[in-house]
Amino acid sequence: MSHAMPLEAERLSNAIAKERSIEWLGAIALLAVIGAQLAGVLNSPPDRDMGHLQKIMYVHVPSAWNAFVAFFVVAIASLLYLWKGKEQYDLVAASAAEVGTLFTGLTLVLGSIWGRPTWGVWWTWDPRLTSTAVLFLIFVGYLALRSFVEDADRRAQWSAAVGLLGALNVPIVYMSVKWWRTLHQMQSNPSTVDPEYVVGLRTNGIAVLLLLIYFIVKRYRAARMERLSEHLAESAALEGRRA
Amino acid sequence: MSFSHDLRRVRAIIWKDLTTERRSKAGFNAVAFLGVLILLLFGFALGPDAEALREAATGALWLAILFSGVLAFNRSYQLELDGAALEPLLLYPAPRWTIFAGKFAANLLFVLLVEVIVVPVAIILFQVKSLAGWAPAMGVMLLGTIGFVALGTFYASMASRSRAREVLLPLLLFPMLVPVLLASAEATSSLLAGNPMQDAGAWVKLLIAFDVIFVVASFFAFDHVIEV
Repeated sequence: MSHAMPLEAERLSNAIAKERSIEWLGAIALLAVIGAQLAGVLNSPPDRDMGHLQKIMYVHVPSAWNAFVAFFVVAIASLLYLWKGKEQYDLVAASAAEVGTLFTGLTLVLGSIWGRPTWGVWWTWDPRLTSTAVLFLIFVGYLALRSFVEDADRRAQWSAAVGLLGALNVPIVYMSVKWWRTLHQMQSNPSTVDPEYVVGLRTNGIAVLLLLIYFIVKRYRAARMERLSEHLAESAALEGRRA
Repeated sequence: MSFSHDLRRVRAIIWKDLTTERRSKAGFNAVAFLGVLILLLFGFALGPDAEALREAATGALWLAILFSGVLAFNRSYQLELDGAALEPLLLYPAPRWTIFAGKFAANLLFVLLVEVIVVPVAIILFQVKSLAGWAPAMGVMLLGTIGFVALGTFYASMASRSRAREVLLPLLLFPMLVPVLLASAEATSSLLAGNPMQDAGAWVKLLIAFDVIFVVASFFAFDHVIEV
């Protein structure tokens, strides 16, 4: 593909030049998160068993939801890349994977912090917690693959396949971990959520979704610049050889 | 370019890979003994209590298979790369899936042969007493191995051609194999304990579903991955 490179670089630099600032989205997302957090914390009554510890739910659950949104984006973008072969799909997948991994990590840490006072342990082999950890590791593998492969076509093609297979495995991992727990007669306690908390959860979910979109767009733009610099470095090297 | 031609190509690749292996034997011996070594180490880690060993037997066996078998997959491409043979292999006018099918089948035979050595050693070291359901347990082993080898062969086609291949393959492969590990270990131990089939039945279905999904997915994805 090296012969098409200057064109590709030109297309990228045009796209970068046309970028409009999205800091307004970041500001809205930040305000939404602060507002939704305040509303959630102030409006909901303390939980019968957990008291005010329950408030961590408003960060934990929205980040888990949005991590799944991010991985859904990875799967779709990977599929589109394999189908159409356009570089921007690869960059979208990579950006969403990075942000999704961040949110999954956040979910795990927050779950652990929540688990300590309520369950008395930092970690429990609960199906959701365990399969989230496996998902986290699948996408750490995805990011590791990206960082270990220099050739851009190769990186895009390979990580699309890995991202797709990883997404395919998510329901199977969840099911297997769930059976593994239930066959040991240690059902995890499904927490029924009171309607009083649902509103707070949903508004926080949407606020974090805005944040997720902002992060992905920012990361996508950075990835585009990285690609441009790769293209320019490559063509500079080729020029040098010709001279 | 009929299907029977394709099958002949698959057979040729299986034959080529297995002959290379048979003539050197270095790979097989190393992998099989690593498997035995891992079993011994698990024995030391778990202590000499016979009951605890028996409880952990199937889990330890599966980890020994995963940790030793994973070394076979990169090797199967490394031999091609060392001899600059992958490019010519791709230049042959044949569909790409035949390459994957050949490598998959050769690796499957390789890992099954490793299991022929590692499984009896596990039974002896971990003092497994009852072998009530040994026949269906072997079926479970085969199903688990198919899933393991399909994904291993697929991921190795990338990992072997990247920097840091030794660490990249297990990093990509092992999280994907969580369902295989759980299903195989649980089904095998409930079968060996002589539990009724219904306990193992759900796991066997899960294994079959996993195998079908990922054998098909890796056949399709291999085309895209080997091209670049």
